[in-house]
Amino acid sequence: MHRTRILEESDRLMTVCNSCRYCEGLCAVFPAMEMRRAFSDGDLNYLANLCHSCGACYVDCQFSPPHEFNVNVPKTLAVARAESYAAYVWPRALSGAFARNGLVISIVAALSMAVFILGFAAFNDRTALFGVHTGPGAFYKLMPHNAMAALFSAAFLYAILALVLSMRAFWRDIGEPIRGRADGGSIFQAIRDAGELRYLHGGGVGCYNEDDKPTDRRKLYHHLTFYGFLLCFAATSVATLYHYLLAREAPYPWWDLPVVLGTLGGIGLIAGPIGLFLAKTQRDAALVDESRYGMDVGFIAMLFLTGITGLALLLLRETSAMGPLLALHLGAVFALFITMPYGKFVHGIYRFAALVRYAQERRTAG
Amino acid sequence: MNGKYDVLVIGGGNAALCAAISARRGGASVLVLEGAPKFYRGGNTRHTRNMRCAHDAATEILTGPYTEEEFWKDLLLVTGGQTDEELARHMIRESKDILNWIVEQGVRWQPSLGGTLSLGRTNSFFLGGGRAMLNALYLTAEQLGVDIEYDAEVIDLVIEDGMFLAARVKRPVRGATEIRATSLVAAAGGFEANIEWLKQYWGEAADNFLIRGTPYNRGSILKMLLDKGVQEVGDPTQCHAVAIDARAPKFDGGIITRHDSVVFGIVVNKHAVRFYDEGEDIWPKRYAIWGRLVAAQPDQIAYIIFDSTVVTSFMPTLFPPIAGATVAELAGKLTLDAAALDKTIADFNAAVLSGTFDHTILDDCRTEGITPPKTHWARRIETPPYLAYPVRPGITFTYLGTRVNKEARMLMQDGKPAANMFAAGEIMAGNVLGKGYAAGMGMTIGSVFGRIAGREAAKHAQN
Repeated sequence: MHRTRILEESDRLMTVCNSCRYCEGLCAVFPAMEMRRAFSDGDLNYLANLCHSCGACYVDCQFSPPHEFNVNVPKTLAVARAESYAAYVWPRALSGAFARNGLVISIVAALSMAVFILGFAAFNDRTALFGVHTGPGAFYKLMPHNAMAALFSAAFLYAILALVLSMRAFWRDIGEPIRGRADGGSIFQAIRDAGELRYLHGGGVGCYNEDDKPTDRRKLYHHLTFYGFLLCFAATSVATLYHYLLAREAPYPWWDLPVVLGTLGGIGLIAGPIGLFLAKTQRDAALVDESRYGMDVGFIAMLFLTGITGLALLLLRETSAMGPLLALHLGAVFALFITMPYGKFVHGIYRFAALVRYAQERRTAG
Repeated sequence: MNGKYDVLVIGGGNAALCAAISARRGGASVLVLEGAPKFYRGGNTRHTRNMRCAHDAATEILTGPYTEEEFWKDLLLVTGGQTDEELARHMIRESKDILNWIVEQGVRWQPSLGGTLSLGRTNSFFLGGGRAMLNALYLTAEQLGVDIEYDAEVIDLVIEDGMFLAARVKRPVRGATEIRATSLVAAAGGFEANIEWLKQYWGEAADNFLIRGTPYNRGSILKMLLDKGVQEVGDPTQCHAVAIDARAPKFDGGIITRHDSVVFGIVVNKHAVRFYDEGEDIWPKRYAIWGRLVAAQPDQIAYIIFDSTVVTSFMPTLFPPIAGATVAELAGKLTLDAAALDKTIADFNAAVLSGTFDHTILDDCRTEGITPPKTHWARRIETPPYLAYPVRPGITFTYLGTRVNKEARMLMQDGKPAANMFAAGEIMAGNVLGKGYAAGMGMTIGSVFGRIAGREAAKHAQN
């Protein structure tokens, strides 16, 4: 017996699929399934997180609904996957955050943006918030650099801690010994598989979203979003190095590395989430886990907000809008960080762990 | 839907779509009428996974050469010579090019699936299975401008002097219409889902048959053609039939209801008595005889009996085995006579000679002194729990069909070729398959003759 109804259904489907195996060339889920004859809760959560929701197995399956065997792997694994996020989260007391995630994320985002605006207003005189500040150190007239660095480092470190502990619970449950380290080759393989979204391609045919034609472009949108995010992160890191190593204070001129990286990343963080959101609204209802709509859209919206406030800040930083925009941008980034362990962001962490495990299993199997 | 089409294709599976694509590429206007709703389109093709094509060298996905001659010998072996040599050799020759042609139509190959290594040299597997293959063909056909209608049931064919004139079609929305076309390709499958028709040859036993494909393969087109003067080919009792789980649904259980465990145990009938050598030959070569064997047993039911030592030796099954801690308990669950089953297993165990077990070769584990013997892979059934799968005949497709020539053109009862009627796929499989089966042949027949039929139908329409 399994812990939840959706794991029961996942087990039923994997038993059907394991006696068919037609889909083994489509992705990693089915070859991993074939290495087993029975499925524990951990096995099913592993398979659920290995699934990239490309939709190919649904379109290719002779037993998908309306067939009486009712095989809908993408949807079932999507629900199992989302439930696994709540099951492994640290601290366990916050697992409820996944239930009404869209609401949680919106409230946290609104609150943190409001707190930054009010904070700026409270700690500075009235003219500072709507004043025009230019030149090095302009941002820090509103918030001292050390305060900013301390606050965001704390938020970031908390997010890392919560993510690591959550991933540890997942790793243990899918049957990997905590002491047994993943080997370097498997980690490298997983980085490549995740970096190119190798399993979001239906085995080479393409992915499915709105209908039974392989015309889906979510892979492109995801690349824009993910690499946009990484570029923004790189921009912040470079700026931090500038600050501490070279004593160069932001804002930087438009041609300087942090701004170039941040601008490119910001464009990715605007275009990617818009594409992902539109693709989501067009997705075939049969494949959608409706109850997780808020979580998905919440995360997409946070990334979009981060990108758009960042770019707006860049464009208007020499005007009186700089103060409020800086508050909004910092509020958005802060909210993004502290909600990372409690929202859709974790899909990347669990999927990466699942890919490492898959690479290891493949190596062991030879 | 205006005016007259050059080519009308009736059916919606591999053969039909290959015909439609090939006719369209030949310049013809084409309409496909699929009787099933869109989800069930494609008949048995939905449930297939590979195709057997001759090739002279290994490819990216095939592990070695499979020459025309070897293919022919395999066909000769499984049919016991009941085949049309000229037609069969023609098909085998054409199958070589199909390996490439079908890829040009959007179908993708992959290496043989897990658990099917024995087919890795001879059979090319479809990436994603038969429905993925169909999806690719439909997409290509649509892009080429082939018109396709679903839920379009053909209720009559207007044929005069071996000349097709029109088809009467019943559609759920627009009612009955007559569709005229210059050429006809009939690719509408066999009659395996028509239990009443099966009963004409099998009697009441047919009520106990399970049909592995859709309920739409009722053979109505085949019947119309035979009634209107097309020559018949094949033995109406011959079909592809395997032993499938008795708990499977009546229709459309597909591949996942099959059992690969026969060689690892014994098979008994409802009297708990063995009836055939379970170890006669390597399993894939005997897979397709067990449907007929079970069909010949009382009430068309049998039980594969094995013990816990072999449970991981074969593919995992959809339905779990029925288990008993003792033979008597198992017999109780199967509603078999406990004493009879106990005696059958005891007699079998006593007859097993020691040997070295290897299921990949014809090993030396056999019985002595019982009838029927188990000539290979015989090991004592003695480690509880005792396990069983109940099985019934699962009919894949029937071999009774329309006679055709090398152009896939139907022959009329007077022996003359039809003016404008062609056939492809299971509706004419009996030309090549008099009996027996080798994995992937159905799809070879469909693609090769589909492609030919489409080409010839287009050629006729343009003359």
